Amino acid sequence: MVEHGDIRVVHRGGSKINFREPVITNDSSFLLCASGECVKVFSTSTEECIHDLRGHTDLVTGVLLKPSNHLQVYSCSADGTVRLWDFTDGILIKTYVIGYPIYSIYASPDHEGIIFIVTPMLSDKRSELFQLVAVHLPQSGDQLVEARELSAVLSDVSSNPAAITIGRGVCSHHCCHQHTILNCYILKSEILPQGNKKGGRNTFTCVACHPKDDCIATGHEDGKIRLWRNFNHKKEYTYTTLHWHHSAVSSLRFTPEGTNLLSGGVESVLVQWRYNQESQRDFLPRLGAAITHITISPDGALFCTSHSDNKITIIQSCVKVSAVIQGLVKGDVRTDLMVDPRSKAMVLNGKPGHLQFYSLQRDKLLYNLDIVQQEYIHESGLQQFEVVKAAFDASGNWLATVEERKQKAAELELNLKLWEFDEQTQSFVLNTTISAPHEAQITAMCFCHAADSQTTMLVSTSKDGHFKAWQLATPARPSWSCDFVGAYHGLVPKCCCFSADGSLLAVSFQEVVTVWSPSSWELLTTLSQPPGAIRDLCFGRLSCSKYLLGTTASNLLCCWNLLTCSLEWSTSMDTSLLLADPFSENMAAFCCQAGCTDLFVFKPSEPRPLFSHKAVCSGKVTRAVFAPREDMLESCEESSQWLNCSQLYFLTQYMDLMTFITKAEEDRLMASSKQLVIDDSVAMTPFYLLLGKHRQQQQENQDTLSTLSAERTPLPQGSVAIKELLQTPAHVLPSTSFLCSMFVQSLLISVTDSREESKHAEEEMESEKEEEDSEGEMESSTSRPREASLAGHATETAALALTKAQARELRRVKKLDHSWLSGLLDS
Amino acid sequence: MASFKPTKIQVYPKLGEKVTQDTLYWKNYKAPVQIKEFGAVTNIDFSPVAPHNFAVTAFTRIHIYGPFSQEPVKSFTRFKDTAYCGRFRSDGQLLAAGCEDSVVRLFDVSGKVALRMFKGHTKAVHVTDFTSDRYQIVTGSDDYTCRLWDIPNATELSTYQEHTDYIRCGVTSKLNRDLFITGSYDHTLKVFDARVDKSVMTMDHGQPVESLLLYPSEGLLVSAGGRYVKVWDLLKGGQPLVSLKNHHKTVTCLSLSSNGQRLLSGSLDRHVKVYNTTNYKVVHNFDYAASILSLALAPDDESIVVGMTNGILSMKHRKSPEEAKETSGQPRRRPSYRVFVKGKNYVPKQDDYLVSKPVKQHLAKYDKQLKKFNVSKALDTALESWTRLRKPEITVAVVKELDRRGTLKNALAGRDEQGLSQLLNFLIGNLVDPRFAPVLVTAAEMILDIYQTVIGQSPVVDRQLLRLQELLEKEIDYQRDLLEVLGMLDTLFASSLPKKEVPCSAISRSNGMAQEEARPQLQAT
Repeated sequence: MVEHGDIRVVHRGGSKINFREPVITNDSSFLLCASGECVKVFSTSTEECIHDLRGHTDLVTGVLLKPSNHLQVYSCSADGTVRLWDFTDGILIKTYVIGYPIYSIYASPDHEGIIFIVTPMLSDKRSELFQLVAVHLPQSGDQLVEARELSAVLSDVSSNPAAITIGRGVCSHHCCHQHTILNCYILKSEILPQGNKKGGRNTFTCVACHPKDDCIATGHEDGKIRLWRNFNHKKEYTYTTLHWHHSAVSSLRFTPEGTNLLSGGVESVLVQWRYNQESQRDFLPRLGAAITHITISPDGALFCTSHSDNKITIIQSCVKVSAVIQGLVKGDVRTDLMVDPRSKAMVLNGKPGHLQFYSLQRDKLLYNLDIVQQEYIHESGLQQFEVVKAAFDASGNWLATVEERKQKAAELELNLKLWEFDEQTQSFVLNTTISAPHEAQITAMCFCHAADSQTTMLVSTSKDGHFKAWQLATPARPSWSCDFVGAYHGLVPKCCCFSADGSLLAVSFQEVVTVWSPSSWELLTTLSQPPGAIRDLCFGRLSCSKYLLGTTASNLLCCWNLLTCSLEWSTSMDTSLLLADPFSENMAAFCCQAGCTDLFVFKPSEPRPLFSHKAVCSGKVTRAVFAPREDMLESCEESSQWLNCSQLYFLTQYMDLMTFITKAEEDRLMASSKQLVIDDSVAMTPFYLLLGKHRQQQQENQDTLSTLSAERTPLPQGSVAIKELLQTPAHVLPSTSFLCSMFVQSLLISVTDSREESKHAEEEMESEKEEEDSEGEMESSTSRPREASLAGHATETAALALTKAQARELRRVKKLDHSWLSGLLDS
Repeated sequence: MASFKPTKIQVYPKLGEKVTQDTLYWKNYKAPVQIKEFGAVTNIDFSPVAPHNFAVTAFTRIHIYGPFSQEPVKSFTRFKDTAYCGRFRSDGQLLAAGCEDSVVRLFDVSGKVALRMFKGHTKAVHVTDFTSDRYQIVTGSDDYTCRLWDIPNATELSTYQEHTDYIRCGVTSKLNRDLFITGSYDHTLKVFDARVDKSVMTMDHGQPVESLLLYPSEGLLVSAGGRYVKVWDLLKGGQPLVSLKNHHKTVTCLSLSSNGQRLLSGSLDRHVKVYNTTNYKVVHNFDYAASILSLALAPDDESIVVGMTNGILSMKHRKSPEEAKETSGQPRRRPSYRVFVKGKNYVPKQDDYLVSKPVKQHLAKYDKQLKKFNVSKALDTALESWTRLRKPEITVAVVKELDRRGTLKNALAGRDEQGLSQLLNFLIGNLVDPRFAPVLVTAAEMILDIYQTVIGQSPVVDRQLLRLQELLEKEIDYQRDLLEVLGMLDTLFASSLPKKEVPCSAISRSNGMAQEEARPQLQAT
C-alpha cells in the first residue's frame, strides 16, 4: 500500500447556514449566522459573504449581538467557549472559556455583563438534561479569559434555542420533558420561579416575549399560537388562541415595537399578526421551504427567515423579499453528483423537484433549476415528484433528467425530460418531455460522450427489462425520440456506460455485461464473472480505453480487456462506488470495510493502486465526482499526481461534502485567505472592486485637476484623516486626547516639499499594511497619527506640486482607456 | 417569493391529419350546395367553353347548371327511360347522351329536341363520347359492342364486338381523332383505332372496369374498377405502372385536377381521395353522405361537383381570395394601436429612476381556485361543459394535480346528483382513452368508494354506473384480444428471426442472442 503522505481529507464548503437563527446588525447592513465551525458575515444588500469569523474548534451553536456594544458579537460553540468578535473587521477580541459545551446563548438588556447559556446538566456530552446558566463575563484586558463565575438559573430546560426567551424582566421557557408546561420566571436579584402554565394537551414548540407588554406568545405542535397574559398572578393567567398554521409553529417573533407578531412553520408562509388586532393578518406565501427561524433587525426594518433548505431570506418590512442567501441544499441526494461541463459547477438534487448548480470554487450556490415545474405543496406525508436521475452530455448542451413519483396504490409516474442549454438566457430550457419512457423505474442513464459524433444519443435502462436508446431527431425543431429498444433474456439491466469514443455501449444485465455497437445495434459480445450481479461499469479512458471495469455484488473488481474479450485481472474488494476520472485515465474505487470507507486510485492497466487512503470517513460513500481544477497542480509525486488536473469530491453518509487536498494546495489557500478586508459598508463583490477602483481614480483625477486649476484647498470633511477618524470603529482608535491634537493639526495648512511627500507616500503604504494586519490597538495607535497627519499634508500640498507618485498614477490612468466604463456609469 | 406555478397541461401529439399545402388547398372550399335530383346521379360533365356549365345526368333527365346557379339553366327531358352519360362536345355546342332504351341522342345545347337519334344498339348505352375531330361519336353498350357514328348523316361507321361483357366506360383521345379506349365488365381495357377494324391494345384490369381517364399528355391511362385504381403506361404498350388500393368499396369515378398534379377518385365507400400524381400517395380525403357515382372538377378547380346514389348533387365552390383571408385574419379584436404602444417607446433619460412594475401573472380559472386551495371549486371549473367536451386534457390535468396534492378525494366528495352525473359522464367519455386512463382510473375508484352508499337512490346515476361497467367490460375484452394478437406476433417474430451466433469470450459461457423488439407499447387499463 502506498502511504498517503501529505494528502488530507477536508470539509469543503456547503455548511449549514440555517442551524441557528441568524442575527441582523443594528444598522441592518450585515447578517451574521452560525455556519459549521465559523460565523459567516453576509451583506444584507448584496447577499455576498463578506468574511468568516474563524476560531471555534467545534460547531457554533449561537450568535448574539453584545447588548452594550452593537459592533461586537458573541458566539458560543460546542467547544465550550464564548468568543467576542468585531464583525466589521472580522477580529477576534476575546475568548471566554466556559468549559462545558454550550447549546445556546441569550442576553438580557437589564443585566449587563451577564450572558445566559444552556449547558448540559452533567459535564458528559450524552446527557439529555440541560440547564440555563448565567455567566458573569469578567472584565479583563487579556485575549483569553476564563469565566468560572457560573450560576445556575434554571434546570431541566430544552436545548432548543426557540424554547427559551428573555423578555422584559421575565424569562419564560417550556420544559422539554413534560412538553406541556410553560414555565415563567421573573428575573430579580434572586431568581425564583413564578408560575407554571399548563398548555393543555398541546406540545409547545417555541416561545416569544412581547418587548413592551406583559405578554408571552407560544407556538404549538398543532399549529395554534397562544398569547398569555396576566401571569403575574398565580393561577389567574388568561390566554387567547390564534390559529392559522395547519401544522407545528416553528418560530415566533415580536417586532421591536411590539406591534406585530411574526410566525412561521412548515407551510413556508410568513404570517404577520397585528398585536391586539389578531384578526388582521398579512401573508408572505411561497418562501420555498419550511421556515425554521425568524429574526427581526433591531430597528424593525428587516425580517429574515431561515428555511429548512439551507436558505436565509431577507424580507423588507413591507413584506417583500429583498435578498436570498442560499447555501448548499442538503436533502436526500438521489441523483449522482455531476459536474456541469459549462459552468464546472457541481450538480445534485436541491430543493424538492430542483437541481442545484453549486460552484465548488466559490462555495456558492449558483442557481436552482426547476425540473418538476409544479407548485410544491408543503404537507407532510405527501408523495412529491422527485428528480432521481440526471445526466449531462459532453459539451453541456443537453441535460437529461428523470423524475418519478410513486404512490402506494397507483402506478409509478415517470417522466424523462431533456433540456437544451439556451445561449441567450444562459440556462437550460425544456426541449422534450417523455412521459412514461419505461414501464418501471429507470436504473441508469448516460449520454454518449463522444465529442465528434454526429448524433446525440442517450441510453436509459429500466427495471422493466429493457434499455432504450433515445436520439435527437433534427427536423426544423429538434426533439428526442426513441431509436432502439433492447433486451437480453428478459434480465433486468442495472447500469450502462458508453466508451470514450462512443463506439461501444456496455449494459449490465445482472451477472452479464453485454457490449453493443450503437451504430448498428448489434450485440457484439457478452462478458460475465459469476456469481454476483454487476453493480458498476466503467470504460477506461485515453491509453486504457481497451479496458472495461466492473464491480460485482460478490465483492469483485474485474477488469476485462475488450480486444481479447477476456478477464485481464480481478481483485476482491467490496466496492461501493467505482468512478472514472474524465480528465485522466485514473479510476477511483471507494471500498467499504468495517464501517469505514477506503479510497483506492488506480490505472486500469495495472492492478496496483497509485494512491490509497484508509478510513476516509465512516459509513458508505455512494456519491462522488471528479471535478476539474481551474489551475493545474504540478505535483510530481506519484501519490498525489492524480490530483493534478481534477479534484475528487464525495458525499459521506451524513451528507458532508468532502474532498482531498494536498499540503501544497492547502498552504496556498491559507495564504490567499489572509487577504484583508476593506472596511466599507458595501460588500466586496467583484463588481464593487471594479467600480470602486474606478470611482477612486475618478475622484483622484478630479481632485488633482480641480486643485491644479483653481488652487482651492479641499474641505476638511473630504480629507483622508477625517474620513479615517469618522469611519474607523471606535474601539480600534487610540484615545481621544491623543487624537485631538492630531486632528487639529490636520486642519492647519502646512508646506512640505515633494521629496518628503513621496517618502510619506511610502510610509502610508506601510501603515496601511500594518493596519491590515489589525493586530491590536497598540500598533494602530502608533501608525494612525502619522498617517492622519500625512494625509493632511497630502491634501494640502497637492495644490502646489504633483508628487512623483501622483504623476505616475496620472500617466497610467491616461494610458488606460476607461471610456467604456464611464459610459456605463453615466447611463 | 416564487410565483404560483400553474398546472401543467400535458400536450398530446395530435392524432389527426397533418396540415400540408394540400390540405390547405383542398379545404379552401365553401360549404357545399346540395341539389336533390330525381334519381342517382350517374354522370357529370363540364362544358369545355367559357361559362363552364355542367351537364348532370340523373334518371330520365339531363340538367345543365351554370357555374353558380342552383337551378338548372336548361334541362333535356325527352328520354323514354334512364339517360346515361351526357357529354359535351369540345366546342360546348352539342351534347350526346345514351339511354336505357338503346338509342343515342344528340342535342343542341340551346335547343330542346334531339337533333339526331342513333339507333343500332340493342341494349342500354352507357358510354357516349365525341371524337376529337368533332364529327363522330363513340358509344359503348350493354350489348357488348362499341360503335362509331357519323354525326352529319347519322349513320353507323363501324362496330367493334370484342368485349365479352357490358361496356360501362370509355374515353376518346383528344389528340388523335381515330383513337378511343373502352373499359368493360369483362375486366379488360381495349384501345381501338378507327382505321383498323380490331382493337390495337388490350389491358387486363382484374376487376370490372367502372371508369377511365386519360392524362392530358395521353401517355398514361387511369382505370378504376373494384377497389383498385390502376395507372397504365400506354407508350410502353400498356404496361401497368401503379395499382392503388385506398378505397374499401368499388371505385366509381375518376377525375384529374386542372393542373394535372392531383388525381381524384370517388367510391361507393362515400370518400373522394386526392392522390399526388408523382408518388401516388393520398394527400387529401373528402367525406360525403352517400355512395359516390360521379365526380367532376371545374377548370382551375373552381368547384368540385359530386353526384351520389341518393340523387343528391353536391357542389363545392372555391373560396375567393378575399373570403379566405377574412376567415383567418379577423377572429379577435385587439386593443387599438394607440393603447397598445402607449408608453412602450419611451426611452428613459439619464437621471430617470426606472420603477419596474411587477408583471401580473394571469392564471386560468382552475389555477386561481387551486392557488386558494379551493379543491372542489377547481374541479368544478375544470368540469365546465366547454372544457370538458373540447379540452378533456385540461380536466384530466386538474384531476391529476388534485391527486398529486392528495386532495382528490375531497374534491370528488360532496356532490349532488347533477354534479355526480356530470363527473360520471366525463368518465364514461374518457376513461378508456389510453392517454387519460391512468389518471381517470384512480378517480373512478375514488368515486365508487365515496358514493357506494348512495347507489340506488338516483336512477340517473345508476344508469350511468351501469354504462360505465359495460364500457369497462368491453375494454377488458378488447385488451385481452390485443394481448392475444401480441402473443401471436411475438411467436411470428421469434420464428422469423435468424439465430445469430455471438462471439463468446473464453470466460463467459453464456450465449447471447440479440432480441430486437418492435412491439407497440400496450396501455393497460
